[in-house]
Amino acid sequence: MTTHTDTTAAAPSGFSGALVGRALRDALVKLDPRALVRNPVIFVTEVVALLVTILFVRDLVSGGDALFTGQIAAWLWFTVLFANFAEAIAEGRGRAQADTLRRARTDTVAKRLADPARRDVFQKVPAEDLQVGDVVLVEARDLVPSDGEVIEGVASVNEAAITGESAPVIRESGGDRSAVTGGTTVVSDWLVVKITAGAGASFMDRMIALVEGAERKKTPNEIALDILLAGMTIVFLIAVVTLAGLGAYSGAALAVPVLVALLVTLIPTTIGGLLSAIGIAGMDRLVKFNVLAMSGRAVEASGDVDTLLLDKTGTITFGNRMASELIAVPGVSERELVEAAVLASLADETAEGRSIVELARDRYRATIPQTPQLADEAEFVTFSAATRLSGVDVGGRRLRKGAVDAVLRFAQNEPSQQPFQAPHAFTAAVEKIARSGGTPLGLTDGARILGVIHLKDVVKPDIKERFAELRRMGIRTVMVTGDNPVTAAAIASEAGVDDFIAEATPQDKLDYIRREQAAGRLVAMCGDGTNDAPALAQADVGVAMQTGTQAAREAGNMVDLDSDPTKLIEIVGIGKQLLMTRGALTTFSIANDVAKYFAIIPALFVVALPQLGALNVMGLATPQSAILSAVIFNALVIVALIPIALRGVGYRPVGAASLLRRNLALYGLGGLVAPFVGIKLVDMAISAIGLA
Amino acid sequence: MTFPDWFQILLFVAVATATATPLGRYAASVFEGRVRLLAPVEAGFYRLAGVDPAREQGWLGYTFAVLAFNAAGFAALYLILRLQGVLPVNPQDFGAVDADLAFNTAVSFTTNTNWQAYGGETTLTHLTQMMGLTTQNFVSAATGIAVAIAVTRAFARSSARTLGNFWVDLTRCTLYLLLPMAIVVALALVALGVPQTLEGSFVAQTVEGAEQVVSVGPAASQVAIKQLGTNGGGFFNVNSAHPLENPSYWTNALQLWAIVAIPLALAVTFGRMTARDRDGYVLLSVMAGALLAFAGLAYWAESAGNPIVQALGVAGGNMEGKEVRFGEALSTLWATFTTGASNGSVNSMHDSFTPLGGLVPLFLMQLGEILPGGVGSGLYGMIVFAILAVFVAGLMVGRTPEYLGKKIEAKDVKMAMLAVLVMPLFILGFTAVSAVMPATLASIQDAGPHGLSEIMYAYTSGAGNNGSAFAGFGSDTTWYNTTIGLSMLFGRFAIIVPVMMIAGSLVAKPRLAPSQGTFPTDTALFAGLLAGVILIFGGLQFFPALALGPVVEHVMMLDGTLF
Repeated sequence: MTTHTDTTAAAPSGFSGALVGRALRDALVKLDPRALVRNPVIFVTEVVALLVTILFVRDLVSGGDALFTGQIAAWLWFTVLFANFAEAIAEGRGRAQADTLRRARTDTVAKRLADPARRDVFQKVPAEDLQVGDVVLVEARDLVPSDGEVIEGVASVNEAAITGESAPVIRESGGDRSAVTGGTTVVSDWLVVKITAGAGASFMDRMIALVEGAERKKTPNEIALDILLAGMTIVFLIAVVTLAGLGAYSGAALAVPVLVALLVTLIPTTIGGLLSAIGIAGMDRLVKFNVLAMSGRAVEASGDVDTLLLDKTGTITFGNRMASELIAVPGVSERELVEAAVLASLADETAEGRSIVELARDRYRATIPQTPQLADEAEFVTFSAATRLSGVDVGGRRLRKGAVDAVLRFAQNEPSQQPFQAPHAFTAAVEKIARSGGTPLGLTDGARILGVIHLKDVVKPDIKERFAELRRMGIRTVMVTGDNPVTAAAIASEAGVDDFIAEATPQDKLDYIRREQAAGRLVAMCGDGTNDAPALAQADVGVAMQTGTQAAREAGNMVDLDSDPTKLIEIVGIGKQLLMTRGALTTFSIANDVAKYFAIIPALFVVALPQLGALNVMGLATPQSAILSAVIFNALVIVALIPIALRGVGYRPVGAASLLRRNLALYGLGGLVAPFVGIKLVDMAISAIGLA
Repeated sequence: MTFPDWFQILLFVAVATATATPLGRYAASVFEGRVRLLAPVEAGFYRLAGVDPAREQGWLGYTFAVLAFNAAGFAALYLILRLQGVLPVNPQDFGAVDADLAFNTAVSFTTNTNWQAYGGETTLTHLTQMMGLTTQNFVSAATGIAVAIAVTRAFARSSARTLGNFWVDLTRCTLYLLLPMAIVVALALVALGVPQTLEGSFVAQTVEGAEQVVSVGPAASQVAIKQLGTNGGGFFNVNSAHPLENPSYWTNALQLWAIVAIPLALAVTFGRMTARDRDGYVLLSVMAGALLAFAGLAYWAESAGNPIVQALGVAGGNMEGKEVRFGEALSTLWATFTTGASNGSVNSMHDSFTPLGGLVPLFLMQLGEILPGGVGSGLYGMIVFAILAVFVAGLMVGRTPEYLGKKIEAKDVKMAMLAVLVMPLFILGFTAVSAVMPATLASIQDAGPHGLSEIMYAYTSGAGNNGSAFAGFGSDTTWYNTTIGLSMLFGRFAIIVPVMMIAGSLVAKPRLAPSQGTFPTDTALFAGLLAGVILIFGGLQFFPALALGPVVEHVMMLDGTLF
């Protein structure tokens, strides 16, 4: 995971004053019942709050118990406002991000080409007038007017507006780097771009809509949870409405505000009030990771992933082969070998060459001569694809290193006393390295073979633990690589992946994903090239790299702006955390009901059936204070849980069974006990200040 | 409270639980088509009915078959009741049953409720009892089991379209499960002294020398299936408290087993057919655990007795309304088993229980008749709660909830909540209305909270398709016959339809492979969680009503007030 400080996509993490102020205003705006009806639990709360408010006015006029009715009404409104506030504050954090994004999109003028073949004749049109299929010219210092595919030219493009990464990237026609994004800036050269997104449908537009939450659709799981909450609301409506009849039988005429208080405390207002905030915050966490989910559905699906397809290069290994060992043949001392290796690699600026020098210095304690000092007496031979050798001629020595067969051919052709014969130890070492999945490099001084350099793909140091972690979460990791099966198997076992696909073709990936899915598993993968598109589309979670092609980006359901394939692991964690937060707060909300019954039921019937006072286990002061405390606790708990809703519940990569035990103890048992304590405390407080 | 009593309670629960495994596995092989003993008979039935046994039905076809079959059954029974006066086998020369009572009784038996607003031996002819009631005792039970099996298949199959063939399931259930068991139990009952005759009555000489007309009839055959099929409609009006219906300790023991044997066994069948035995045992353990806990509570309440009566010098527990030959333990155990299992039979009068003792059967029924519930209906009701438990708590492990590899999504939750809504709507709704209308209050025998319990019990028993009654409550009025009839009807079919829709939705989903990250549903923790969800989703909404009924009555009893 690269952690970089980006200027644009980062959300304000805390609760700044402005954010809270705006959220408070929004909470009032959200009282509009037309908007609130989307949230059945809170909508019901608003309706009954209105009802009790009317009764409060009646009590004021007719001289009823207006203090009590008024307080109930006030706290019911607070319940609704707190729920709105939770949603508003979650939205506010996204809006801050959207504002910075929007700045990058202002009034772009596009240079539309009438004839793609002629770059000198263009017409300036506003970006929003562009149609899909238009061809535009983008020159240095121009903003790319909309998403498109480069059809001609090579240019460096600054994509900081969307990725926050200020280093420019190369965009060129053909290949896997042909997609450009509206709002990014061409830094040098020019591009001819075919527009692929109409006004309002570009990547940037979608991104703004997403982080703002404007386009937020309820996710499938959220819909299911909403149904559950609505169902519970109906169940408790039945229980409370019928209680009026049952109470009448028992000689207790129950006042409406009291019944309303019972209803509102029983229906799941806590989770109902926080549900959308949880969803928005979950998307927000992804955006903070610089990952854009094209739908909430994808975020949820990522929590369900069973199999992760990971590209070897860059994810599991560093991506470059590095020297790990120098093996001398008999008759050559280690010192001689190391010195020769250093000399042969000094001028080699490839990563492999540098790694040989580093290995010699760090592990074999060799002193490294300065290149300029040598330059006079030495003649460096740079690597060429034809010879596949590099090295140096110095002091009569002809040092060469390179592919084993190339080195052997070189040695054979060197003048020598005896007929050339590769030492037995040399071939043995080469075979051993190849078997282990490494790449052997030969090293020779003229016809005298000196030894072998072991190059290997270096597995990232902490990756094995990451995979073990994933395994504990029940996720299998599959390494995808173009290497041959021997190399792949060696790296797979070193990295601790569960399976690998060697010599992987796009079709192999697709087939593997289909097989996994047929066995009932959900698959996530990341990819960047056009040839990844079918697999990305087939995968349940496809993370496309921002640097990738338009086709890959269209096929994936998430885009990683940092183009860091390791992120797949974090994405899974975020998806899980989102679902866990919902589950935990739902459980908490439902478990709360038990205590509320014990607060309200004895208070309801204390006049008609004083014997029910036996159920007043909390010893609440008066019936009125009992009812009021339950309502106040019910409202305050929403505010108290906003931080958890926004931050998400703590997630640890352990198996489902232990997660369940932990969360059930915390939110289930906690949800049973907390309101007993909380209601009692509120009761003591309001009795002390004489509110009831 | 005595040790032998406690031991008996434990023993009866243990024996019924122990037989669940062989019986459940046998049932699984019946429904998987591996029991073919009577294949020619079966084939004959299918040919007669024009059913192609190889053709399976989707959820819609299956549900339609269930509803059509039950509608026909209801119509036939209603006609028999209305026409029994002119039909044969009527030795006592009974007339037709009134329209509202006939409606109530026909609904009652087709819905596997067996609410008896009538007195059996004084109202119904032998033909009605045998052709009408006993037939429904079999097929209403088989209907419930068939639906449960269809739901089971929804979990067992992956990305499939069909749930089985209702006609085949119905036939096999009756032929291979219910009939053989009923025959064995009936013969055993006859051997233990339960009458089985086509005579109407005989005249006996009492000890005092008076003459008494004793009604008899084909009792044993009906008693066997009334227990095995969780029906409960007694041959005699006082049901299993009647000395001819349940003469001795041993007939009582056999019937106790018969009441819960099949409902418990079907949990094992569920595990077996879905190839997840442990999950089946989790459901079984919740059912058996609840039986033990509730029987213990009821026995404790009854044997602790009534302090006011004890103050008058009557030692011991509460024996009012109980048969001396059964005592407190077997009476409360019977009350627990029957109300847990949606079986309306009684061997003591629940109305006379102490408030808390009476709360047990009432609450067990309100929980939705799933502990272990009626044959079939208990299992599918339990699955509804398992789905809710998995959905709520399953999210806490960070995955879209799955039960047995089937993702639980919006549609499934919607249907599960619809099914859960039925009980509070009909029980609390009708109770509240009846509790404020002067005309309906006339049916109550007792004042105060106990009267409220009586009304609530009637609707609870109806909606839960249980059929037992708080005796003392005069339910044979047009209002109660109609509204309780509606409660029974909706309590049955307003649950079957959403449950079948769940089955249709689940069967089409792929069955996902379990992994380390999958929410574990085959553990003791899940059993505990499921029990908690049943109490909270199934029971919490009844808490205010119960507080006004049995709970306050209990506190008042301790204070010295009786009703």
